[in-house]
Amino acid sequence: MSEDGNNHSRRHFLIGATSVVGAVGAVGAAVPFVASWNPSAKARAAGASIKVDISNLRPGEIMGPFPEWRGQPIFIVRRTEETLKNLTKLNNTVADPQSQRESQQPSYAQNEYRSRKPEILVVVGICTHLGCSPKVRIKAEPTSFDENWLGGFFCPCHGSAFDLAGRVYSGLPAPSNMLVPPHYYESENIIVIGEEETS
Amino acid sequence: MAAANAFKNIMTWIDDRLPVTETYEKHMSKYYAPKNFNFWYYFGVLATVVLAMQLLTGLWLTMSYNPTGEGAFASIEYIMRDVEYGWLIRYLHSTGASAFFVIVYAHMFRGMMYGSYQKPRELIWLFGMAIYLLLMTEGFLGYLLPWGNLAYWAAQVIVSLASVIPVVGEDIAIWVRGDYLMSGVTLNRFFALHVFAVPLMLIGLVVLHFLALHEVGSNNPDGVDIKKYKDAEGRPLDGIPFHPYYTVHDLVAIVVFLFIFSIVVFFFPEGGGYFLEAPNFEMADPLKTPDHIVPVWYFTPFYAMLRAVTFPLFGLEAKLWGLVIMAGAIAILFVLPWLDRSPVKSIRYKGLASKIFLGLFAISFLVLGYLGTVPPTPGVTALAQACTAIYFAYFLLMPWYTRAEKTKPVPERVTG
Amino acid sequence: MKRLLAVIVASLPALVMAATSGVHLEHMTPDLEDKASLQRGVKTYLNYCMGCHSLKYQRYERTADDLGIPHEMFLENLVFDKSIRIGALMDNAMNTKKARIWFGTASPDLTLVTRLRGLDWVYTYLKTFYVDASRPFGVNNLVFENVGMPHIFMELQGIQIRKGCKELPKIAANGGEMRDPLTSKAITEEICGSEIIDRGFSPLELKPDSGKLTVEEYDQLVYDLVNFLYYVGEPSRLDRERIGVYVLFFLAFLFVFTYLLNREYWKDIH
Repeated sequence: MSEDGNNHSRRHFLIGATSVVGAVGAVGAAVPFVASWNPSAKARAAGASIKVDISNLRPGEIMGPFPEWRGQPIFIVRRTEETLKNLTKLNNTVADPQSQRESQQPSYAQNEYRSRKPEILVVVGICTHLGCSPKVRIKAEPTSFDENWLGGFFCPCHGSAFDLAGRVYSGLPAPSNMLVPPHYYESENIIVIGEEETS
Repeated sequence: MAAANAFKNIMTWIDDRLPVTETYEKHMSKYYAPKNFNFWYYFGVLATVVLAMQLLTGLWLTMSYNPTGEGAFASIEYIMRDVEYGWLIRYLHSTGASAFFVIVYAHMFRGMMYGSYQKPRELIWLFGMAIYLLLMTEGFLGYLLPWGNLAYWAAQVIVSLASVIPVVGEDIAIWVRGDYLMSGVTLNRFFALHVFAVPLMLIGLVVLHFLALHEVGSNNPDGVDIKKYKDAEGRPLDGIPFHPYYTVHDLVAIVVFLFIFSIVVFFFPEGGGYFLEAPNFEMADPLKTPDHIVPVWYFTPFYAMLRAVTFPLFGLEAKLWGLVIMAGAIAILFVLPWLDRSPVKSIRYKGLASKIFLGLFAISFLVLGYLGTVPPTPGVTALAQACTAIYFAYFLLMPWYTRAEKTKPVPERVTG
Repeated sequence: MKRLLAVIVASLPALVMAATSGVHLEHMTPDLEDKASLQRGVKTYLNYCMGCHSLKYQRYERTADDLGIPHEMFLENLVFDKSIRIGALMDNAMNTKKARIWFGTASPDLTLVTRLRGLDWVYTYLKTFYVDASRPFGVNNLVFENVGMPHIFMELQGIQIRKGCKELPKIAANGGEMRDPLTSKAITEEICGSEIIDRGFSPLELKPDSGKLTVEEYDQLVYDLVNFLYYVGEPSRLDRERIGVYVLFFLAFLFVFTYLLNREYWKDIH
C-alpha cells in the first residue's frame, strides 16, 4: 500500500461518497419502474366519474351493477319507508350501525341510512371481507342463511351479510360496512358517482 | 465489534452450508487479472450491465405489452403514452438492443486482436459465439414484437430465406410462421421465445462463459501468461485481485457508458432512424410492402453478404448460395481458434500479414454493415462482393499467413 | 467503435436523400414550447381532420393537459360529440368502411404520421395540393402522387396550378446562376416538366386571391397543425428531454467520485 498516511481515510471517504451517490442513483433508477405500476391513463380514464339517471328507479328496486367507475360494481337502491324502518330495527344486529368507521363512506353518508337522501343508497357491491361480489337479496323474506332476513346483500364466499344500507351483520367474517363511493346529485334525478361535488 | 462478530458467525454458518465466501474469493477478491488491461477490456463488463438492463426493462415491458396481431402495435403506443414512464422503459430496451450489439462487436474484436480465442481459451470463445448467435436470435425475435411494418416485412424476408433450402424449405418456413404468411400466430410464438426461452439460454451461456474464463484466467493485450511468474504466496506477479482494482476500474467505465447511453435514450432514441426506423411507426400490413426493406443495423453486414451473391455456382441457384455464404460467415467465427496457427496470441507480436488481414477484415465488416443499409446498385453489389471475399479471406487464409509470417518476440512479463 | 460511428454518420445523408425522392421538402422546425401554436394546431386538427383521421393512440385528457387547455373548455369548444369523456382516446373519427367507399382507401390514423413520414414531408404535403381534373377530387399532390384525399384546406389556401413550364435562372457550367454581364440581371430559360423539380423549384403557382387566407396565414396554419402532429407523435418528448438533462448531470457527478475512487486504488499498482 501507499506510504501516504491519509491514504486509508481518503479511501474510506471515497468508498462512502461513491456508495451514497450510487445509492441515490439506484433509487432514482427505480422510480420509473415503481411508477409504471400505478394505474395507467387507460385505467384512470376507466375510473372517471359516471352519471346515472334514477328517475325510473321505483321504491323497493335496485339498479346496477354499473361497472364504469374504476370497474367496480355499483348498486343504487331506492328504499321504501318500510325498509328504512327495518334499518332502525337492525341497529343492534349490525356491527357498525352509525358508520363510525370513516374510511367506508364520505362524511355526508355517515348516518344510519348511509346516504345523502334517506331513500337512495349508492354502494359498491364488494364484500369487505375478501373482495367477493355479494348477491343481491333485496326482498324481506326468510332465507337459508337468516330466517328473519329483511333484505340486503349476502356474500356466498364466506357468508357475510349486509343490510340495505350496506351495513355488515355482526359476528360475520366481513370487518366493515360496504363502501359508499363519493357521489352527489347534479339534479333531482341525476347522480354523479365517483367524484365529490365541486362548488 | 459485536456486530462484526455476529456477521462473522453468520458467514461461518452459511459457508458451512453454501460456499459463499469461497465463491466470492475465487471470482472476485482472489481472482487475479492481468494488470495491463486496456480500453478494449471494458466491453465484457458493459455487456453484462446491458444484459441485466435488458432483462429488467424487458420484464417490465411484458407487463403492459399485448402479444397479439391486433393489439401489439397499440400496446406499444399504450406503453409510450398511458403507462407512467413507459416511454423511458421502452426506449431503454430499444436502445439497449443496439447498445448490446455495439458492445458485443467491440468485445469480439478485442478477442480477435489479442488472440483471446487461442489455447487454452477455445471454450470461452465457443460459449461467446453461442451467446452472439443467441443474441442475434433474440434481436430478430424482439424486433418483430412492436409489429411495425418494416419489422414485419424484414421478418417475412428472413423466414422466407428458409424456403430456398431444397425440398423441405417451404415447409420449414410455414412451420416457423405457423401460418401461410407472418401473422399473429407467428408474433405470439416469437414473443414466447423472446421473453422466455432465449433469455434463459443466454443467461446459462453467460454463466458458462464466465466459469470457463475464470478457470483459465483472463488473457491480456500482450497475450502473455501471467501465471508463469508467481510470488512466494503463489499470486501471479503481473496479476491484481479483480476486486477491488477492476471493480473500481469498471465502475468508471460503466458510468461513462451510461452517460453516452443516456444521451441516446433521452435525446436521440430513434438513433437517426437506425435504432427505431421510421417505417416501423406504421402497423404491420400484409398488403403493403415498404419501399425499401432492410434489416436492423446489426444484421446489415450479413444481409449485405446475402445480397452480394448474384450468380449461380456449381448448379445451385444464387439465392441458396447467398444463404450459405451468410450462414458460413457466422459459422466460420466458431472455428477461429483452430484456424490461427500463430505461435503468439496478441496482434502486437504477430507479423505484418496478420495485422493487414485483421485491419482489412474490420474495414470490410464495417463497409458491409453500411452497404446492407442502402439499396443495391451494381456498384454496391460489387463492393459488397469484394468485402465478402476479404471477410472470408481473413479466416480461410489464416492457417497459412499466421504460420508463414515472422512474429516479434513476446516479452516474459506484461508491458505497460 | 470510432469507425462504426463514422460509418453511421456518413450514411445519414443517404437516408435523408432516400426519403425526399425528388421533390424538395420544405423544412420546418417544430417548437413544443410554443403552446399557442399547439393550441391552434389541435383546433385546426379537430375542425378539419378529425372527421376522417383519428388519433386513436392519444387521449383527449393528455392533449388538453399538455397543451394547457382546461378540460371543460376543451370539451366544450373543441369536441363536437358531447358523449365523449375527457379520458377517452381520440378515436371518434369516421369509420374506415365509410372511408373505403368514399375515398377508395381507409383514411389512416395520424397519431404517428410525423414519425412515419417525417415533419418536412407532412409540412410540404399540406402545402402542395394542386388542381388536377383527372383526379376524383380534382386535386393532386406534389409529394404524394395520386393521393386519394381532397384538399381540405382549398377554401383557405386557394387554388394552386401546376405549371408545365417555368422561367428559371440559367445555370452556368460552374454551377452558378448565369447573369447578364452588363445588367447583372439573371438570365432565364424555360424549363418544363419534372426538370423544374430536379432544379429545386416548385412547379406550383397560387391563383391570386383564390383563398381566404394570405400565404403567410396559411403557412402559419400548416405550421401549427404539423407542430401539433409532432407533439402527438411523441407526447412525452418534453418530459424526456427535461429528465435527460438531470440524468446526465447526475452521471457526470457520479463520474467524479468513481474516477477519484479508481485513481485512489490504482495508486497501489506499479
